[in-house]
Parts: sequence; structure tokens; C-alpha cells
Amino acid sequence: MRLNEEEQMILAGKSGPVPQQALKHQMLVGDFFGAEDFVAVTQAHIMADTESLGEAGVRWLEGLAATAEGQRRVRIPTITDPRGTDFSKAEFLGQTAAMIDLERRAIAAFVKLGVVMTDTCINYQTIQAPTRNEHVAFGDTGVVIYSNSVCGARSNFEGGPSALAAGLTGRTPRYGFHLPEQRRATLRLRVDFTPRSLNEWGALGGVIGRIAGNYWAVPVIEGIEAPPGSDQFKHFGAAMASFGSIALFHLVGHTPEAGKLTNVAPAGLISRRIARADIDALQQSYRKDDRVDVVVFSAPQLSLFELRELAGLCAGRRFAVPLLAVTSPQVKPDCDRMGYTASIEDAGGTVLSGMCFYQSYAREIAEAKGWKRLATNSAKLVNILGGYGYQPMLASMEGCVDAAVSGRLA
Amino acid sequence: MSSDARVYRSRQAMGRSVRGLALVAHDGFSARYDLDRIAGIFSRPAHKLAGQSYVGRILVLDTAKGGVATAWMLHEMKARGVVPLALVFNSVNPILAQGAALGDVPMLAGFDEDITAAIPNGAEVEIDPVRHTLTLLDQGPLR
Repeated sequence: MRLNEEEQMILAGKSGPVPQQALKHQMLVGDFFGAEDFVAVTQAHIMADTESLGEAGVRWLEGLAATAEGQRRVRIPTITDPRGTDFSKAEFLGQTAAMIDLERRAIAAFVKLGVVMTDTCINYQTIQAPTRNEHVAFGDTGVVIYSNSVCGARSNFEGGPSALAAGLTGRTPRYGFHLPEQRRATLRLRVDFTPRSLNEWGALGGVIGRIAGNYWAVPVIEGIEAPPGSDQFKHFGAAMASFGSIALFHLVGHTPEAGKLTNVAPAGLISRRIARADIDALQQSYRKDDRVDVVVFSAPQLSLFELRELAGLCAGRRFAVPLLAVTSPQVKPDCDRMGYTASIEDAGGTVLSGMCFYQSYAREIAEAKGWKRLATNSAKLVNILGGYGYQPMLASMEGCVDAAVSGRLA
Repeated sequence: MSSDARVYRSRQAMGRSVRGLALVAHDGFSARYDLDRIAGIFSRPAHKLAGQSYVGRILVLDTAKGGVATAWMLHEMKARGVVPLALVFNSVNPILAQGAALGDVPMLAGFDEDITAAIPNGAEVEIDPVRHTLTLLDQGPLR
């Protein structure tokens, strides 16, 4: 990779060993993908739950944090994805003292590195959405696909180590979706219906993700008539990224780079049709049982508007099985203030903050709580939880709340 | 090496040379979605390698799937010794490359042919990231 003067200084260790180590890691990745140089980034977002980090990852972080003050802090605003717990609800979740201790150690290390502990995967709704053409280094696939597609920003999937490296050096290798030519559509899809609910938006994203199939595919989608709202885009993109590892899509007429098809699609790109039956089939494929052990709203964390809707559905109900609603530390105080938390918890539910269900030792929670059959309106969550030993089922928010009352999914 | 050893070239490569038995499927890969990382097996029921151990094997798969956790998890798996010996993919996303870099797991990606069809499951292979090559040394038990 071609290095400018500042990057050569970092590589030579003039800024200390931590940025030096970060730049070396970035160069390994950049060389792998044929990056010619670095691009400056304005924000970084780190996925670093301790289930992923493990003891080894936390020790690695602590090693960086032990470096002398003045040589270890991030250079740009660097924030975090959800933690592995809501400390106030860890006992309810059946999480162990060892898990909580590991979380506290990771947080202490991040703070020493100057990382801002926002603990959210909806930073584009709660902290600061990136702007068009802004280069960023974001982790969490849902954050990246929303930022690239809906905001028109430029990011690759930056895993925790690489996002932290970007925070420490203020740059990232210029490859992938930082390059204009990589943002052109590679497949064209026509939808002849508009999803009606968040689970349907997620299911459509899942269907498209499966068709697109790999990170370098860029779907362009036609046929959605009304502009989706932020929560609809959120579930659509998060599921597409989860099912297909997709980082960028274009929605003709609705996303900033695709005012018209020809802005993003080469001539002659063959169109493939997606019907309502396709998303119905995806949802049905997860229906193995009608009994439910737990209902979870998470992945991504819920916005204030989602919590408002959920609170309305919970009012006056009484749950037979646990219902969990997970949001960000930025939204939770408003959820409390508006009375939404009380409405959900009076029915027997629990509102959690700063975590995400699948990033919080989901396998161990299942064993501790005896939860297996799980209902959710998140297509992303059903895609993930099969590997954690759950039998996840996808339904509407209304259907999930009804299931919490009756113990059965209609 | 037998005289009929076949050599496949990759466009992308990282890490050091290793030799071992291939675990092959035309399926995706995500450490979070697909693995029981404590038991060292593929755990997602729908995965073509469900129930099989990946420990010490050269994984030959189609593409990277899912989220960003693999970037940490390969490092964590390596620390416990419950990790594939190397990764060979038709295509990878940045997460696998970042994870392989942190976890020091050799990796090849990007071939002219479908590498999951070219390499038999159980074959003995050698990968050389410096030369961007995968060498099929022995077809294995399914020959």
C-alpha cells in the first residue's frame, strides 16, 4: 500500500506502539484486498461483545490499554455496539459472574483507549447518522448496510479489531465500498408488493440476501412504491446483511444514489421477480411449533417508535411467557419517561438496554432459562439463533405479543 | 507429493504455509451463526457440515456469511486451540480477512474454479499463501 508521510510516521512507531500495531493490521487487510492507499474516516463503531472477544480478546484489549497515556487513545469519535449484558438485568438473564466480570474488564480497557461506550447498533437513529459520501469505519452489519444504502455513506464491514484500528489511526484501507465503482448494482430485483410490517420488511431483506449471496453483490430493487421509514429500512437492511453478508443495496427512487435505475445499474442487467409468496415461504420455514417459551424484540435494538407501538400492544395484557424488548441506552430513558417501559413491564415484560439478545451469551441464556422456542419479529434474529440451539419463529409484533399472552403463536 | 498433485491459484492470500486434511462443503461460514465454538463443531442445523468438527482442518467453503463477530472469534478460538488450521474460500468478506489477520489463521480466497467442487472432502492439501497456491496432495478416502 502507498503510505503518506503521516502513515509512514505511524508505521515507524513515532505515535507509539498502539497506532503502529493498528496500522500494521490495517495494511495486512488492505494488501489482501488490493487497496492502493488509505482513506481518512470521521467515525468508527466497534462491535466487541465479550462472547465474541472471549478471555483472549479482553486480554488483547487490556494489553493495548496498558500502554502509556498519550499513546493509546483513538483519534476520531469511536463508539461501541451493544455490550454482552444489561448489568441491571444480568441476574434475570441467568448470566454468570464470570461473564459480567469479563464485560467490566472490556469496558475499562475501551475507556482507557478513549472509546465512547454508546452500546448501540442503531447509532444512525440515536447518535449521529453519517452523511452522503462520508467515509466511516463501522462495525455491525446492520449499521454498515443502513449507512451505505440509506445515508449514502461509505464503509466496509469493519470487525471489532479493524474498527478499533481505524479509530486509533483515523483511516482505513481504501477498498470495497469506499470505491465508487464497487457501489454499482450487480443484480436487479423487482418486487411486486410492499411489505406491511417490520417482520415482512425483514423477510424481504432475508430473501434478497439469500439471492445476492455474498458481500460483493449489490442488489438494486425496483417496485417499492412508498418510501420506507427508518425502522422499515432498519429491519430490511439488517436482515439482508445477516442472510447474505450484503453491505449495500439501492432502492430505486428511495435511496440517495438510485434516484433512477440507470444511476446505479449497468445496461442489460437482467431483472428477477420477488413475490409475496417468497417472503411467506421464508417466514413459514421457521414455524416448527406453535408453542413459545420466550418472546424477544431485538436485533436491531428498538427505536422509540417501535417501543411506543409495543407499549400500546402490551397495555392491559398479562403475559404467560417472558417478553423481552431490547433498546439502546440513548432510547431507554425516553422509553421510561414516556411510560412505555411501565406499560410493557406491567404486562410482565422486561425492557433491557445497551445489549442485544444474540450478542449476550444467547446459548448460555437458553440453558439457564430453559428457553428454546423463541418468537420474534426480527428476521435477523431468527437467522442467527438456530446456531445457538434455539427454535426461532418469525411473526408480526402483534402476533408475538399475543403469543406472550397465550404461550402459543397463532 | 504424488506426481498427479494438482495446484490451484488464489487471487487473495494471507499467512503462512500449512498442510492438512480438508473439510469441504458448498456452503457459507460465520463463526457466530454456524459454530458451537466450545465443542468445536458446526452447530447450525441447516449447515451442510452440521455436527462435524472443524478443529485442525483446512476449511474449504464457498463464501463468508453473516455478521462481524468472526473478526474477534477466530482470535478467541485460536487462543483455546479450537480453530481451523486454515481457511480456503471462493470469496470472503472483509470480516474474515480481518479475523484471519488478528487470529493468525492462513487463508486463500478467489479461484478461477469453484474450489469446493475441485477439492474432495477429506483430501490432504497444502496451502502456500506466499505463492497463492493450494496443492491437492491426496484425494482422500472418497477418491
